[in-house]
Amino acid sequence: MLNIVVCVKAVPDPKEACNIKIDPDTKTLLRCDVPLVLNPLDKHAMEAALQLKAQFEARISVLSMGPPEAGNIVKECLALGADQGYLLSDPAFGGADAYATAFTLAKGIRKIGSFDVIFCGMASSDGSTEWVGPEIATFLGLPVVTLVKKIVECKGASWIVKASVENGYRLAQVKLPAVFTVTRELNTPRTLSFSGIIKARKKDIDHWSLDELGVSSESVGLKGSPTIVSELNAQEENKRQVEILTGTREEKTDMLVQKLVEAGVI
Amino acid sequence: MGTDHRAVWVIAEQINCHLQSVSLQLIGQARKLADQLGTLVEAILLGDKIEQPARQLIAAGADRVYLGNAPELEVYQPELYTQIAVNLASEQQPEIILIGSTDMGRELAPLVAAHLKTGLTAHCIDFVLDKELILEQRIPAYGGLLSIVCPEKRPQMATAAKGVFATPEPDDSRTGEIVLIDIPTDLPGRVKTLEIIREEPQGVPLETASTIVAGGAGAGDIDGWKDICELAAVLNAALGSTRPAVDEGWAELETMIGQSGKMVSPEVYIGVGLSGEQQHMVGIVGARVMVAINNDDKSPIFEQVDYGIVDDCRKFLPALIEQIKQYEEKKNTCE
Ligand SMILES: Cc1cc2nc3c(=O)[nH]c(=O)nc-3n(C[C@H](O)[C@H](O)[C@H](O)COP(=O)(O)OP(=O)(O)OC[C@H]3O[C@@H](n4cnc5c(N)ncnc54)[C@H](O)[C@@H]3O)c2cc1C
Repeated sequence: MLNIVVCVKAVPDPKEACNIKIDPDTKTLLRCDVPLVLNPLDKHAMEAALQLKAQFEARISVLSMGPPEAGNIVKECLALGADQGYLLSDPAFGGADAYATAFTLAKGIRKIGSFDVIFCGMASSDGSTEWVGPEIATFLGLPVVTLVKKIVECKGASWIVKASVENGYRLAQVKLPAVFTVTRELNTPRTLSFSGIIKARKKDIDHWSLDELGVSSESVGLKGSPTIVSELNAQEENKRQVEILTGTREEKTDMLVQKLVEAGVI
Repeated sequence: MGTDHRAVWVIAEQINCHLQSVSLQLIGQARKLADQLGTLVEAILLGDKIEQPARQLIAAGADRVYLGNAPELEVYQPELYTQIAVNLASEQQPEIILIGSTDMGRELAPLVAAHLKTGLTAHCIDFVLDKELILEQRIPAYGGLLSIVCPEKRPQMATAAKGVFATPEPDDSRTGEIVLIDIPTDLPGRVKTLEIIREEPQGVPLETASTIVAGGAGAGDIDGWKDICELAAVLNAALGSTRPAVDEGWAELETMIGQSGKMVSPEVYIGVGLSGEQQHMVGIVGARVMVAINNDDKSPIFEQVDYGIVDDCRKFLPALIEQIKQYEEKKNTCE
């Protein structure tokens, strides 16, 4: 039996996240009420697990750290076909940087107990650091391959994967148990089915707090984070004085072609 | 050199014995920081037959290069590279480690940071020492600039993309020390790079292009996107994209411009169907002429360009492409 853990994150809806802005006067964030959704790249991590489950006897555990509302995205993964959901939620986990996040998730994975393959999206849409997967691997003492775009060979305990590199790929061989962070190219995530949603109603989510994880409050959340935000500054964007080219469509194309000729493009 | 501060490090990278430009750019930053701290710039460079790139690091400002020179280091090997960097850093305890956000750096940096139990900041666009000489690692976010610090743990670690910082002028008369390092042999061997294949990129490369046509979510669908590609083709421009265009699967990740993508510095930039979000715009450095095509006259992109067209790109682009073709034809017959 292949035990798969998929780490997922609830992120502010990327379609609305651009509305979160710094208030130049108070230097705090404005419009933080953006709804939470499943991080887009984590859908590909989930899909990778589901495709393995279609091939092999496998059990999929989904793990997330976040506020209680993040339970919704764990539910969503259960509806997609995961077998068991876990949410690490405790006020003490708040304010975690990538290091403290990976540390806490690694503790969660240890508590889940059996894992052969751990999938993460290569990055989250809000933080975008790409650190969590490799740091989880380090805390668990496991090998990792980041930016996986193709699983070439996954029959035995030694896998071969293609990882993305600029203008090409890196072929890597890795022994399980191992961590993989996945790119969009790996697969096309399925969408939720009605029957999946019905089945997920019967599945439970385990909620684990600080005490249940058995870690000290010093090593998680803001306190366990080596990095902190020291300052938040509103920035004058590179403003330019724009000349809007107006007229009929033909006049506009004429004017723009002229400008491009002047600029030496044509 | 009498100093309270340990060295500033760069983990450099070579591909086929050619130094990555970002490594040299980070040596420039390390030099600036080390001078303020009164300390040395040191680099780690791993590969095979790489004495020449090691000397290049010294010419760019490094005082010492830890050189791992062996056939098994020719390409990035995660276990070996991590172990070497972690061993050296544990021994030497540098103050700061800078790494380029290349495909290797993005994996190696968190592996090294987690082993050293320290913080790591991604996508920095500026490095400044504060009053206590702590490194402020600045990243663009939420329409402003965040300063991230790692006040207690050492080293302070950060990554930055190629092209964010200028490449220092090489000074071949600079001298520095090259220290050959031992290569660990007691590795678990659980992950191995079998091969790395790189192809010649197609079309005009973004980083060096003098004209860039970048498209965004406003393309609407793959057909709308094809118009943007065609505009780039008729202008002999490089094609760039925003994150939504990559997310939709219209564009390759390699074409994304911005904070978590590429940094570009074209002469002329034409943004089509994109809103001018900060995370995209920070990727465009010093363009002489900026043009935007967007159907919303209130879009923030119009505050950041020299010429604006308010129109539906799906209707405007075919007309524009036609016009450009006609112009080129006329030009050719006149010549
Ligand atoms: C940590 C982090 C890092 C990020 N890094 C990057 C990065 O490196 N690069 C990047 O690009 N993004 C990045 N993003 C995402 C970024 O914040 C924006 O979401 C993105 O740049 C917006 O892309 P867009 O302008 O194409 O889309 P939108 O903001 O949705 O804008 C679409 C524009 O198209 C216009 N439009 C719509 N229809 C038409 C039409 N028919 N004709 C003409 N115009 C039309 C609209 O008026 C609108 O202005 C990052 C985000 C985060 C949180």
